[in-house]
Amino acid sequence: MKYWKGIEELDNTPEFMQSAFAEFMPVKESHESKDATSAPRRDFLKLMGFGVAAATLASCETPVRKAIPYLNKPEEIDPTIANYYASTYFTGADYNSVLVKSREGRPIKLEGNPESPITKGGLSARAQAAVLSLYDGGRLQHFAIKGQKAEVSQVDQEIRTKLASTTGRIAIVSPTIISPSTKKAIAEFASRYPNTTHVMYDAQSASALLQANGGVVPGYDFSKATVIVSLGADFLGTWISPVEYAKQYVVNRKVNTNKRTMSRHFQFETNMSLTGTNADVRVPVKPSEMGATALALYNAVVGGAGADPKTKLGMAAAELKAAGATGLVVSGSNDPAVQTLVTAINQSLGNAGTTIGTAASNVRQGDDARMAALVNDMNNGAVGAVIFYNANPVYNHPLGDKVKSGIAKVPLTISLNDRLDETGSLCQYAAPDNHWLESWNDFEPKAGYLSLSQPVITPIFTTRQAQESLLKWAGNNTSYYKYLRANWRGITPTDAAWDKAVHDGVLMGTALPAAQAPATPAMSPAAAASQLSGAAKPSGVELALYEKVGISAAGSEANNPFLQELPDPVSKATWGNYVAVPRKMAIEQKWEQNDVLKITANGRSIELPVLIQPGQANGTVSIALGYGRTLAGKAGDKVGENAAVLAMTNNGIQYMNVVTLAKTGATSPIAQTQTHQTLMDRRPVVQENTLAKYKENPKEVTEYEKISTPDGLEAPNKVSLWQDYQYNNHHWGMAIDLNSCIGCGSCVIGCQTENNVAVVGKQQVINRREMHWMRIDRYYSSDTHKDSFETKGKLDTYAAMEDPSENPQVIHQPMMCQQCNHAPCETVCPVLATTHSSEGLNQMTYNRCIGTRYCANNCPYKVRRFNWFSYYSNEKFEIVNGHMFTDLGRMVLNPDVTVRARGVMEKCSFCVQRIQLGKLEAKKQKRRPKDGEIVTACAQSCPTEAIVFGDMKDPNSRISQLLRREDGERAFHSLDSINVQPNVTYLTKIRNAESEFFAKENA
Amino acid sequence: MQHVSSLREPLVTGGKTLHDVTQDICYQVEAKPNLRWMAALSVALFFLGVFFYSVYRTVWYGIGEWGLNKTVNWAWDITNFVWWVGIGHAGTLISAVLLLFRQKWRSSINRAAEAMTIFAVICAAMFPVLHMGRPWLAFWVFPLQNTFGSLWANFNSPLLWDVFAISTYFTVSLVFWYIGLIPDFASIRDRAKGPIARFSYSMLSFGWKGSAKAWSRYETVSLILAGVSTPLVLSVHTIVSMDFATSVVPGWHTTIFPPYFVAGAIFSGFAMVLTLMLITRVVFRLEDYITLEHIALMNKIMMVTGSIVGVAYITEFFIAWYSQVEFEGYAFINRATGPYWWAYWSMMTCNVITPQLVWLRRVRYSIGLTFVLSIIVNIGMWFERFVIIVTSLHRDYLPSSWAMFSPSIIDIGLYLGTLGLFFTLFLLFAKFFPVINMAEVKTILKYTGDNGPTYNPKAHAAHAHHPATHGAPASAPVTHNQHD
Repeated sequence: MKYWKGIEELDNTPEFMQSAFAEFMPVKESHESKDATSAPRRDFLKLMGFGVAAATLASCETPVRKAIPYLNKPEEIDPTIANYYASTYFTGADYNSVLVKSREGRPIKLEGNPESPITKGGLSARAQAAVLSLYDGGRLQHFAIKGQKAEVSQVDQEIRTKLASTTGRIAIVSPTIISPSTKKAIAEFASRYPNTTHVMYDAQSASALLQANGGVVPGYDFSKATVIVSLGADFLGTWISPVEYAKQYVVNRKVNTNKRTMSRHFQFETNMSLTGTNADVRVPVKPSEMGATALALYNAVVGGAGADPKTKLGMAAAELKAAGATGLVVSGSNDPAVQTLVTAINQSLGNAGTTIGTAASNVRQGDDARMAALVNDMNNGAVGAVIFYNANPVYNHPLGDKVKSGIAKVPLTISLNDRLDETGSLCQYAAPDNHWLESWNDFEPKAGYLSLSQPVITPIFTTRQAQESLLKWAGNNTSYYKYLRANWRGITPTDAAWDKAVHDGVLMGTALPAAQAPATPAMSPAAAASQLSGAAKPSGVELALYEKVGISAAGSEANNPFLQELPDPVSKATWGNYVAVPRKMAIEQKWEQNDVLKITANGRSIELPVLIQPGQANGTVSIALGYGRTLAGKAGDKVGENAAVLAMTNNGIQYMNVVTLAKTGATSPIAQTQTHQTLMDRRPVVQENTLAKYKENPKEVTEYEKISTPDGLEAPNKVSLWQDYQYNNHHWGMAIDLNSCIGCGSCVIGCQTENNVAVVGKQQVINRREMHWMRIDRYYSSDTHKDSFETKGKLDTYAAMEDPSENPQVIHQPMMCQQCNHAPCETVCPVLATTHSSEGLNQMTYNRCIGTRYCANNCPYKVRRFNWFSYYSNEKFEIVNGHMFTDLGRMVLNPDVTVRARGVMEKCSFCVQRIQLGKLEAKKQKRRPKDGEIVTACAQSCPTEAIVFGDMKDPNSRISQLLRREDGERAFHSLDSINVQPNVTYLTKIRNAESEFFAKENA
Repeated sequence: MQHVSSLREPLVTGGKTLHDVTQDICYQVEAKPNLRWMAALSVALFFLGVFFYSVYRTVWYGIGEWGLNKTVNWAWDITNFVWWVGIGHAGTLISAVLLLFRQKWRSSINRAAEAMTIFAVICAAMFPVLHMGRPWLAFWVFPLQNTFGSLWANFNSPLLWDVFAISTYFTVSLVFWYIGLIPDFASIRDRAKGPIARFSYSMLSFGWKGSAKAWSRYETVSLILAGVSTPLVLSVHTIVSMDFATSVVPGWHTTIFPPYFVAGAIFSGFAMVLTLMLITRVVFRLEDYITLEHIALMNKIMMVTGSIVGVAYITEFFIAWYSQVEFEGYAFINRATGPYWWAYWSMMTCNVITPQLVWLRRVRYSIGLTFVLSIIVNIGMWFERFVIIVTSLHRDYLPSSWAMFSPSIIDIGLYLGTLGLFFTLFLLFAKFFPVINMAEVKTILKYTGDNGPTYNPKAHAAHAHHPATHGAPASAPVTHNQHD
């Protein structure tokens, strides 16, 4: 049976057959007018469709970012290839010779200059972070009159007119200047305006030290010292020249099988300083007792009065005497009597030429008496003009209030400071100085040691080098470069010599005029002794003011978020200062951590939260200087409180006082990156032992974990479910000597700048979300150990182990991705975002990461960091993370390292970009990479060379040799028993004292 | 056909006829929404709003909106996930395992329990996606063909196993549930008055005719699906537990986890079924279908699984001590006595101690006490996951990284939000779908000569406009020979 669909099919005409099996019927235009103006329906639809699509596409165009190639490529600059220029970091506190890494004309990182005989390639955390300050939007970006933008010429003209008509004293106030040419420029200014005096003051004053040593800092050489006694000098962290001293210090702290000796380090101090954490014997003393301590030591060493050898002071005295010329006493006190006695002790030890070298240091020249006199003069109206040259005394001088009132009385006030800070904003004229990375300059940090800085970028803002301003006002219109060059004719007569000096950054020679004698003459030891023995003992709670490793006492780094977020090496606190109180006082006064106290002294009071600090001397509290800026910039303002106002000023400046403390009832959380303080007797995490044991048998200082197998006890790596990786080419590894690591945090900042690590701000640190790829774990020893399980019970023992001792021993353990060969993170990632490389690296593929955070949970070392927010675009982070947020800040980013997106995991990569660069360089030259050519940022910045990085596949590399030598002795893996087989090896810390970290054996 | 003993207690009380069953259950669907339902839905919708707001904050700003930190990278998110997955267990257990074991009493509760399963799994599935840093790339966990070269999913990762386990479980549960719904949808379709309802239910019922062949296939498919689902009941939570068990975190790295998690899941699932059924029973007046006997039976299962879980808790402590592994030992001491002791002891009290009250007959048969108990167990099981996840993570190997976790408002919002999502779905289900499996309940009615499954002309007259049916409604199984 057949049904026809219609009459057409029945007819079966050829016309019908044509289209009968076609899928579509031929389309007829509905309107076939010849009229050009008419639009057929289909055309209309086509056009409309195109129009809509085009409009839509146009509106979602991605923003165009223009990359302009060089029209004339500078000879030196190759895109993507970094250049290095030698320069010098000195901002009035510590001196570092640096190499500036510059990419496409932008300085992006500072590295230590290995040519320097002083810092020898080491770099402090502050110097590491200094590159960020170059791109600080808080700098003054133009010349100004009364805070309003002004033309340079107008400012110059007005200043010159006013200077010419100034009657009375003209003062230039600056921190210590170690630049011969700058001093010459100032002298030239002074010869043009003869009433000029140059007053230097240091925010952390060393006046007493200078006074006792003829106006210079003695050339300490810790590398030759076998016994070091420090009376409150934090010489590894903040005192005078910490990088130089740390380099020297570790020489006698490093041990190996063939050198089983160590220096012995006694530290008498109030607050637990970085140096105190490294001391073999640390004695907490009140600030007021420091004089008595110095006197007792003096009497025991010089006077021959035997101190009780059972006391730690007696021990120190006896060992010092025995050490003789290899003994060294240093003191951070600003009491001339104490410093006089310290000098006398050193003289009596006969250490001149050994631990006190001939080359005196110039890095402290400030004279408190001169500064105090100037402040008085300003208030008396005796000063006609004052020029602040990178000095901010309104903020950082204990007499800041008087400076402020004085400025109002001075007819002409000029600021050369880089910003309208607390002092600059009060001045009539602002002629901002260049950043040092934009400047030429010379330095003589130690007598006979010269160094240069050179500009690595044209001035970003309308600023002018301060020396040039001074010269200009003195009527000399030469550029400072020419001035400097002319000044160096004697040292580098030829252009070639000059070029070499600029290239190297350092050379030997001297140029600085003789040091100015201190305003107050030195005391005699006898007078000092009698003054100290007659000193009255204050009653009440004593305050010690100290300086942080990150932020200097001058507070000039306040607007540098890297340094604000650098955890204090001891308290692990970031973003602000606090009152460090001993536990005993906190319990007596019923203060809890984070309770806000009102601290009153000199009729002034500040409010700060409590931090319970183990090792803080009983009856004392400590507060860091350098915080509480009000005009530092957005990131640095109102972080902490300014404690300089609490310093004692009636007899010179003493960084101590008697204070009254009252609880306000408020609380203010302190942002700490580590909140659990003790090791809980977990020897598998970090190991230490005593020098005595090491001397006896180096093979017994490390406890190697064993696991039970059917064949008896075995090393954990003997049993595995895994197939081992084969590394055919390289196998990167790292060794960290816990004996050399002093915990300074330089590596943390080095890593942060190298790897574009985000800064997250105080609240996120409180939320435990700091992003540092590298951290330094700090553990205090506890009084309770596992051997109390039977007597006290397990629960009580564990609870007691959480409390640090009153004066604990400390161990620092740098911790970063351990690049496990059996990485627990790699197995759990569902999308293979973290995988193992053929060179032993545990690599993170940010693009692939979906952010389940399983890897971070499964990381036994907790080194993985998650991008909780979009740190580069979330407004919450605009101020603290400016280096990823603003166009200006972004100039500091390392173009070789991705800025990680929100929602991905990140972690230490062993600076894979540096490994890759080193391999490519070697490949270009058709050779294998040389050992030492590829160095991670942390290993490079370490002032004590505690970190060794290299290829473990190369039998002659430093790391291979080190691991071979230390195998079975000090080399251990953290958490060996879980058999993750890290590529990071630690070397057991050896302590030149009894170890209090673990239960005594057979006790 | 099965034999119904005249001596055995009836599973459905109230002397219901087949028609009464249809009438009672379809009534809820056909009637106008009552005020109590509207009020409940409003509350649920409010929390659904909270959910959407929390999702917006999480997705727009990032996981930083939660309370997690560098040490505790999972907390409420995965706690909620495991909790919801656990709740989702009872449905399949009731429908599949009990079906295989011929536990006829399950018929009254399986529909709602399965719905609960599906909604709970939906809620659970929110968390693995939302907890990702970049949820828009969640599809990368599937081993899809891609343009990224050799990139593929990591088959070593328990998270990937999770993806398969949960998606399989969800799919099978959904199919099982829907197949069961088809005959009942047909009943509603046949009774529907409005054109929208008639159209909707006829679409939903897939053209069910109620022929003997269809019933036979229905029974077969149910059995097959029950067979497929049964291993899933075990596998899902086994695999979820492996997220923890395969890790190196002390307190997670435990071989006891799979059975312990499955028991815990059944435990919490039954608790949730009880919570929901006790409410539904009152709201929809289903006391005759969900009897005290049902409640007592579920109470017993809850008590047994609760005891298993309790034994597991104690075993973990024993093994931690017996292994003499320092980190493991400390993890458990810290669990019970550390900063989160309150969470641990809440868990112990809720999960181990309170269910033991079920030994008392008075408690077992008390609606009020059972309701309270079921809520307590739900709280306890939430704490169990919180304890496992947070107290293990917050103090693992390196004391330097030890940290505390505290939830943010968004964490709380998401949790309450999924409760809102769950109850929104459940309330919509309860209103528009038959909450009790009519077809199956009809098979377990107890018949007598006076009260047989007969055609009642009087009642039928009221529905004269119905499509002509020869004897029983199309959806009723053919049971005329029941008396034999």
